[in-house]
Amino acid sequence: MVQKIDSQYKEILRQYMQRQSEQNLYDGQNFSRQLIAENTSPEEVISMHKAAMQEMYEDLPDVVWHSFDLLIEMMISYGLALQERESLLQRQEELRVEMDLAANVQETLLKTTTPSLEGLDIGLLSIPARKMNGDYVYFVSDQEGHAGIAVADVIGKGLPAALCMSMVKFGMDSLNNSRARPKDVLDVINRVVEKSIDDSMFVSMFYGSYNAGEATMTYGSAGHEPAILYRAKSETFSELNSKGLLLGVSPAAKYEEHTVHLEQGDLLIMMTDGVTEGRNEEGFIEREVIFELIHQMKDEPAQVIVRHVYDELVRMQNAELSDDFTLVIYKKV
Amino acid sequence: MSNQSSVEIQTEWDIVAARQLGRNVAKELGFGTVDQARITTAISELARNIYLYAGHGKIEIQRLTNNGMKGIMIIAADNGPGISDVRKVMEDGFSTSGGLGAGLPGVKRLMDEFKIDTTQGEGTDIRATKWLR
Repeated sequence: MVQKIDSQYKEILRQYMQRQSEQNLYDGQNFSRQLIAENTSPEEVISMHKAAMQEMYEDLPDVVWHSFDLLIEMMISYGLALQERESLLQRQEELRVEMDLAANVQETLLKTTTPSLEGLDIGLLSIPARKMNGDYVYFVSDQEGHAGIAVADVIGKGLPAALCMSMVKFGMDSLNNSRARPKDVLDVINRVVEKSIDDSMFVSMFYGSYNAGEATMTYGSAGHEPAILYRAKSETFSELNSKGLLLGVSPAAKYEEHTVHLEQGDLLIMMTDGVTEGRNEEGFIEREVIFELIHQMKDEPAQVIVRHVYDELVRMQNAELSDDFTLVIYKKV
Repeated sequence: MSNQSSVEIQTEWDIVAARQLGRNVAKELGFGTVDQARITTAISELARNIYLYAGHGKIEIQRLTNNGMKGIMIIAADNGPGISDVRKVMEDGFSTSGGLGAGLPGVKRLMDEFKIDTTQGEGTDIRATKWLR
């Protein structure tokens, strides 16, 4: 095999020495691809060149042969760098496979079922910027028309954020109460997060408790992106502000709660900052742009509105998503 | 030709002496130019590690014969601080990313066999062998 390569190279070299044509050079280039595919190191290539030259032009002065020896010595490190690259590529592939598996586990672990509630149409979309999602939506509901929703966002992205989110999920699971009051839920989860995660990690969370019988939403927020209320009657958007520190900052944090009543056609829009902090060439995409996108589709089902907002925002950002994107819309019907 | 089979490493000049010793032995054993260059590169890396991290140590070159096969073994020994995390220094990208050269994974690739024995506070003993084909 080695001998075959040596003689192939010698032939390419011989022809080039005779004609110096572009075709000869092209042959050489193709041959180098074959060498790379066979993991031939650069020092071996130079050694092969030296040997071929020695066979064809044995009368050349010694300085020529010495010069090749220096070149061979210098190429050893290049050869090592090449081998290292191969091995790092392989490791990268292993990590990619592992990340895919982890993303699947996360998806199964954090799966939640959208409840069906009298008089309420729910749309939901949560798309991670990378493989793992640092946003989280959690529903808990009962047969009497009570449903709680948590929309949370870990400050950070990727694997660390995803691991942190599992904590929030288990906190919510342990509560398992569809009638829990937002300020109590935020209080409990705050203590779970404060105790169990790294000081450099923070979670923002919106919690809303919906009562289908009265069409009311009681909500509270732990430093989360404010929810938006769209009033169908006046066709206006307003922020639902509610004070409270990010989860995990202080065990003594206290959370407010407020209640709104939904009328027919009203929209309650909950999201993470991945929705509002999208950027295009001119800077941040204005909030009004998002309101306009929602307003255009206000008569459509909630899921259609959510999808439309996502598609349009991605389009405005040249198909790039810089942060995890989560949008939930409650539509009173 | 020197009969000396080891070189004390204390200054950067000693690295060159260790290379010369290794090259002479490799040449005598019949290694070709490319393998000579690989062996001396491995010696350079090991000697440089001693010079940089232990301050003082020794590179020993041994001729081996085994079932008619001939080979060369480089022994790099020092009484330096030892390596606290061997797994890490054997990882690709650890030394190259800091511009420190091929590092120990490089030595392992250049040679056929590689063994490292290190104890914190006591020193490091590395043995790397290449067989003549």
